[in-house]
Amino acid sequence: MNSAGARNAFDPAALFKALFLGLVAIFVLVPLLATLLGGFKSLGELRVNPFGLPAQWEWQNYADILFSARYWQLLRNSLVISTLAVALTLITASMAAFTFAHVRFFGSSMLLSYLTLGLLFPAATAVLPLFIKVRDLGLLDTYFGVALPQVAFSLAMSVLLLRRFFKDIPYELLEAALVDGCSYIKFFRYVTLPLSRPILATVGTITFVNSWNAYLLPLVMLNTDALYPWPLGIMVYQGEYSSEWHLILAFITLTILPTIILFLLAQKHIVAGLTAGAVKG
Amino acid sequence: MSSPIGVAGEAAPQVGTRGAVRGPGWDGRFTVLILFLPPALLLFTLFVVLPIGEAAWYSGFNWNGFGRPTNWIGFDNYRFVLETRAFWLALRNNGLIIAVSLAIQLPLALTLALMLAEKFRGAVALRMLFFMPYILAEIATGLIFSFVYDGDYGLVASIWRTFGAEPPHLLASTDTAMLAVLIVVVWKYFGFHMMLFIAALQSLDKNLVEAARIDGATRTQTLRHVVIPLLYPTIRLSVFFAIIGSLQLFDLVMPLTRGGPADSSNTLVSFLYNNGISRMRVGYGSAIGVILFAICVTFAFTYKRWFMRDE
Repeated sequence: MNSAGARNAFDPAALFKALFLGLVAIFVLVPLLATLLGGFKSLGELRVNPFGLPAQWEWQNYADILFSARYWQLLRNSLVISTLAVALTLITASMAAFTFAHVRFFGSSMLLSYLTLGLLFPAATAVLPLFIKVRDLGLLDTYFGVALPQVAFSLAMSVLLLRRFFKDIPYELLEAALVDGCSYIKFFRYVTLPLSRPILATVGTITFVNSWNAYLLPLVMLNTDALYPWPLGIMVYQGEYSSEWHLILAFITLTILPTIILFLLAQKHIVAGLTAGAVKG
Repeated sequence: MSSPIGVAGEAAPQVGTRGAVRGPGWDGRFTVLILFLPPALLLFTLFVVLPIGEAAWYSGFNWNGFGRPTNWIGFDNYRFVLETRAFWLALRNNGLIIAVSLAIQLPLALTLALMLAEKFRGAVALRMLFFMPYILAEIATGLIFSFVYDGDYGLVASIWRTFGAEPPHLLASTDTAMLAVLIVVVWKYFGFHMMLFIAALQSLDKNLVEAARIDGATRTQTLRHVVIPLLYPTIRLSVFFAIIGSLQLFDLVMPLTRGGPADSSNTLVSFLYNNGISRMRVGYGSAIGVILFAICVTFAFTYKRWFMRDE
């Protein structure tokens, strides 16, 4: 914008571009900023002044939530479920992807196609039978009851991404290692995994974000408030404080804060991960 | 997607050398196979494939989920679903989401990508800003916008009041609820599509664009005849994601409207939730699930066959 403006102050194309980008930026930012600032207002002020800076900063709204056990419990539950999902996805998917990438066996491509079926439909289609399955396994109302189906549904994409990366590890390396008496498993542990940190980070990030934000599966599988991850908890909170928007806005801000911090810290992996499907497995 | 030719080609020397040298031959491979594959296959079969099969089976019963399903009613559940007006409304809404994705979101994303793929100060920051809504949870997004739309405290209400008008309750009216949801869909997802296009633009062969310029093509001509055609694969992919995404939209609708008022803003999945899951009508809900599954799979295969043959 700046450089174009300097070259020719009356360049209509540059002006249009700047205007357009500005409008979109406002469209994106205003709801987010209004949420953040709304949390600092009193309900009365929110009604007359939802856009501007608060006349009086009500730190109490945020402090009350930050010092409540409830907020931390929600985050803890989310963290436990997401960590389980990431760990199990990385372990099972990388082992399977390694096998598909390096071990030749009868039915390999058939089994891979079988796994990729998972890309075709969302978890919602089979959520009722899934509920009954989880119930029959005795996993209803447990962290695993949420995490295991999440792992299962993230396997297809994860295996494809990992396999493509593993296949780029030179075959000569594996061959030489095998000749020297190294086993496949040792090769996997000491060569493949350390070399694959970037893709493991990418797959881990996708799984984490999906699990952290998930609503439907926990909604169906969990009954106890004490186990709720934050998307369920925030809906309950909203139900309790239905029109005390200043509190709800503060609560929203504090629950999306971890996501935004993670995003700023791991931008590269997140953008790479979430658009990874695009480059195609 | 998979390339079995590559596997075979690479693995060929392995067979030759294995017999001659010491080391894990078939034994080693066997160990890997029985240790490394089963966890993934088991989880996938148990929680993805079997439930889909069971959905087809349960959809033949009138069953509340307790005990064993015994009350076989054949295809009646499907008939009940198809006779429900709310189902067709939900289907229409999914169609609307797809239409808005294609007519508004995609051109917006493409325009922004073309602007932001160039380097200038602030370009990266703007990219990140526009991508941010995509990583926020749908639930949080829905709640933020239920505040934006709130008739008493919301931003829209405040704008209305400055013009001296009575603020509308957008989410509470059958006329505007779906429109309000559609705006949030664009807000939340355009950044993702923009990133897809930016990634594609950055891996574009710069020489082709350069060549067109040297041959005297104007900016617009280069864009129309060189850049956009080179982006076709990404555009097709973006359309694919928009359609699949619309078919599974649920989390966003719940905090905004729960599918209401009067089912006017249900999507297929929120319809499934409201009518099947929350009332534990397993047979009926499974039938909706099977229909959704059939739509997804048919669409995915047709789309792949027609539009993405070479990818």
